[in-house]
Amino acid sequence: MPADMIKSSDMTAVSAPRTDKSVDVRAALKGVEHQPGAPKPDPIVVADGIVRRFGGLTAVDVEHVEIQRGVITALIGPNGAGKTTFFNLLTGFDSPDAGAWSFSGKGLKGMPAYKVARLGMVRTFQLTKVLARLTVMENMRIGATGQSGESLWQAMFAPLWRGQEKRNTERAMDLLRRFKLDTKKDDFAGSLSGGQRKLLEMARALMVEPELVMLDEPMAGVNPALKQSLLGHVKSLREDGMTVLFVEHDMDMVRDISDWVIVMAQGKIIAEGPPDAVMSDQRVIDAYLGAHHDAELSTEDEEAILAAAEAETGATEGKSSHG
Amino acid sequence: MDWQDMLSSSLQQGLGPTAIVYCLAAIGLNVHFGYTGLLNFGQAGFMAVAGYSMASIVTTWGLSLWLGVAVGLLLTVGLALLLGVPTLRLRADYLAIVTIAAAEIIRQVVGSVSLLKYFGGLDGLQAFNAQFAALNPFDKPTGIDGVVMWRPYDFWVVVVGWTLVVISCLIVFLLMRSPWGRVLKSIREDEDAVRSLGKNVYSYKMQSLVIGGLFGALAGFMTALRNAAISPAGFATDVTFFAYAVLLLGGAARVLGPVVGSIIFWFMLTFLDLFFSQATRGADPLIPASIMTTSQASLIRLIFLGLALMLLMIYRPQGIFGDRRELAIDAR
Amino acid sequence: MRKGIAAVVLLLWTTLLLFSSGTSAQAAVPGSPASPAAAAQGCEKPPPREDDTIHIIGCMIDPPNPVEGVDVTVEDEQGNVVGKDTTNATGIFDVELPGTTLDNLGKPYVIKIDEDTLPEGSKLRNPDQLELEVSTNLETDISVTFPIGEVEAATGQATQALQLLVGGIVFSLLLAMASLGLSMIFGTTGLTNFAHGELITFGALVAFAVDQLPGEISLGGADVTVVVAVIVAFLVSGLFGWVQDRSLWAPLRKRSTGLIAMMIISIGLSIFLRNIFQYFAGGDTKNYSQFSSTQPYTIGPILITPTALVVIALSTAVLLLAILALQRTRTGKAMRAVADNPALAASSGINVERVISVVWIGGAALAGLSGVLLGLTQGFDYQLGFKILLLVFAAVVLGGLGTIWGALFGSFVIGLFIEVSTLVIPGELKFVGGLVVLIVVLLFRPQGLLGRAERVG
Repeated sequence: MPADMIKSSDMTAVSAPRTDKSVDVRAALKGVEHQPGAPKPDPIVVADGIVRRFGGLTAVDVEHVEIQRGVITALIGPNGAGKTTFFNLLTGFDSPDAGAWSFSGKGLKGMPAYKVARLGMVRTFQLTKVLARLTVMENMRIGATGQSGESLWQAMFAPLWRGQEKRNTERAMDLLRRFKLDTKKDDFAGSLSGGQRKLLEMARALMVEPELVMLDEPMAGVNPALKQSLLGHVKSLREDGMTVLFVEHDMDMVRDISDWVIVMAQGKIIAEGPPDAVMSDQRVIDAYLGAHHDAELSTEDEEAILAAAEAETGATEGKSSHG
Repeated sequence: MDWQDMLSSSLQQGLGPTAIVYCLAAIGLNVHFGYTGLLNFGQAGFMAVAGYSMASIVTTWGLSLWLGVAVGLLLTVGLALLLGVPTLRLRADYLAIVTIAAAEIIRQVVGSVSLLKYFGGLDGLQAFNAQFAALNPFDKPTGIDGVVMWRPYDFWVVVVGWTLVVISCLIVFLLMRSPWGRVLKSIREDEDAVRSLGKNVYSYKMQSLVIGGLFGALAGFMTALRNAAISPAGFATDVTFFAYAVLLLGGAARVLGPVVGSIIFWFMLTFLDLFFSQATRGADPLIPASIMTTSQASLIRLIFLGLALMLLMIYRPQGIFGDRRELAIDAR
Repeated sequence: MRKGIAAVVLLLWTTLLLFSSGTSAQAAVPGSPASPAAAAQGCEKPPPREDDTIHIIGCMIDPPNPVEGVDVTVEDEQGNVVGKDTTNATGIFDVELPGTTLDNLGKPYVIKIDEDTLPEGSKLRNPDQLELEVSTNLETDISVTFPIGEVEAATGQATQALQLLVGGIVFSLLLAMASLGLSMIFGTTGLTNFAHGELITFGALVAFAVDQLPGEISLGGADVTVVVAVIVAFLVSGLFGWVQDRSLWAPLRKRSTGLIAMMIISIGLSIFLRNIFQYFAGGDTKNYSQFSSTQPYTIGPILITPTALVVIALSTAVLLLAILALQRTRTGKAMRAVADNPALAASSGINVERVISVVWIGGAALAGLSGVLLGLTQGFDYQLGFKILLLVFAAVVLGGLGTIWGALFGSFVIGLFIEVSTLVIPGELKFVGGLVVLIVVLLFRPQGLLGRAERVG
């Protein structure tokens, strides 16, 4: 796997802090118009005409969207807006009825999820998917790409993969320290708290050495004490030169860390722009924030979201246990 | 009640050819279910394909037994691919139903009158083991005097069988401590997570299905060699279920689980059988015939087995020696 | 939990004590050395002996009936007759070879069938078997099966197809009742119930128990014992479903046991119940005192028995009622809501556990009824449900797991295919055909014929 080796050394260089460049990339968004589907100076993801229907329901219908490289983009929208489905479509976990999209200029149509991940577009899940009966360290190690020991023929002969395993373990240790999970490395991942699971999932995604990290509701189910540190971690991804796209309901977080916001409603993109501009956009207020503009979510909203989330949890659990 | 005889007969079964067959079958299921989370309910089908390949190459086509073994292994791989292609992308219970159906298809086809001249119908095939028997270095009954004793051919089967078990366990051990094994275990936990990390889940599941199927093939060869005869009755759906019981008894996802499970399973099953058969036999049986007749006594062990499988899964899903903690984390 | 299991056992015990004990029971442990080579259909071979002789044991069968009175001789290599026997009432002949096991090891023998003693007009299905060479390479007995009789000669293809169609409809309807229960239980609880077959057998057994009660039940002078038996079986099966759910599955759901674990528990339950059934009812094939063998009516070119007509009418009516109940009643709607999304149903005020209870009662009652009617049309034994379980699964998966119409549609596809396919494939392989259809359909439409594709991930 020489290609991966090269990539790996590149990434070590990239992971040095680059605050200066991140200011630059942010500045690059200055000239972008605040319209749905606005062209970006340096897009990492470009999607066209993505349509996904479930029976009679059109869950996603995105005409055109571009995600700028090197910045943090938030994808927001009311429940059922199609955000998670859009995530699934982009990452190959679901396939659209129509449309084409690319990552760093490479067409992804019809590409299976694992190949998308190998290209450097790695996602996390709304309901964290830690590997419960594996230790935290094993969870991290599995993230490393290009492992020779993952091939059946080499697996039985430990000397063939031991060196690489050691290097991966060191890299995993560095990341665990960064995410303050190093003391838990030998615990089963299933014993971690909700927030720690989110951290582990993010750290594990970084083991893949992605260019684009896609976080599906990174704050859901995280206790307030951990929220600040999670925010810091997301920001640090940008400092490391990665692009971040995340789905989130927590408006404070969106305002705090995102450089650009894309708003979806009923499967369509209805607005785009920097956080402040978007949140004062009339279309957004109408479609999403309504009377609660600029306020914390009301109790009713939270209840509605909770109920929907529970319903979804129930459904997914039912599915995943026999699938 | 002849306790010593009962114990020694039970031990003989616990260490004998039948235990070996179920141990190998369960090692395959361990790779499938214990490590990868694949619900293969058609292990009997893999066994049948391998066993019948070996037997019919010799009896029907008059070729070498060893060629039969090679063909058996090849066809087993073919069966795994055939079953895996349509089902491994679907939910786990689809694999369960398709594999159980496939095993039944295989059993009924080899037992059919239409193919009598190839597979011998319901009576199956005999007289194919000469090449294997010729290698038998033992010419007199062997064992531990007064405890267990096997006839020469049986002892040869036992020696070869346990050697295969040791090699199989070693292979499973080496595979499962490797990064490859880690991918399998991760798929068991959450295949979408593994996919999101750039692993070709489908390919790994397929590899797991093939490898577990090959251990099933070894079980199939041993089934045929054990009695030097093969028939469809040896590959009923219950064979797979018993192999699951063996696996769960010893503890899934543990290298030695199937070995421990198989020995205990056949020891207990034989012991229960002998106990109840003795308790109901004779002029003045321990259990009066109005409660239990001799023929009813032979069912008690299976009633116990069903009950034990349920209780095991409810109270000790990790197996009798397993670590509760590992499974308790997750409600699965 | 323990109490729960005890309750199931108790219920079974009391129900099954109605049977006379002491009927012949034969344990069949697959692959255990106690049961050698072959267990042929319809033949009950003697248990293996422990002595030092070899017997050649054979079975004459005109499936499914054993053939009595056929003369058999066994000759050694030199053509000397070493033994003779005539098949008994169960179609078995048993010839003991002279000498000990060791003397005989590796020697070839020829089994000769006296063709003249075969029932008039019938022949061995495989003519090669008239003089069959066997050799003793084992220390155990040799056993051989001799199937007799032609597969029905073809009358008119169209007539035959029609006739098979009728059989197909009967079987489809019975399959549909069993499938509907399985599908509803799967839909509401997610349980892939491998013990569903035992609910089918249970129904047949309960009816048999009622039928065997001394005396007859008459209404207005007519003997209605079996009619009453069917009704009792339907009701008691529903009760059995309820007890089973309350004592076993509900507690398991409460401690959120995983679905795969529950599936394996259902396998244990299936093994347990099947052997309990055999313990009390014996291993023989049973027939009800009435309706088992009736003279068929001739309607146009086809023959149809009154039993088949009753079965068609009754099961159609019951299925229609069940569908109507599911579509129209409040509980029926609640069931479908629970099947669709349990969490959402619970949050909108539906008592999910109560709905599941009703599903278990209904599902088990339907399965039990299908068991009695299956028993009426073809006789039954303790494995009745287990034998058709795979076809029930095939029907449910084929139509789309968890959907009502899917289960019905799948049952008809499987039921009709199985019967009609015998026009082209040998009858012995008809079940195989049904299972092959299942795999092929899944290959092209994994969600089943009527299932919807759902959001993944």
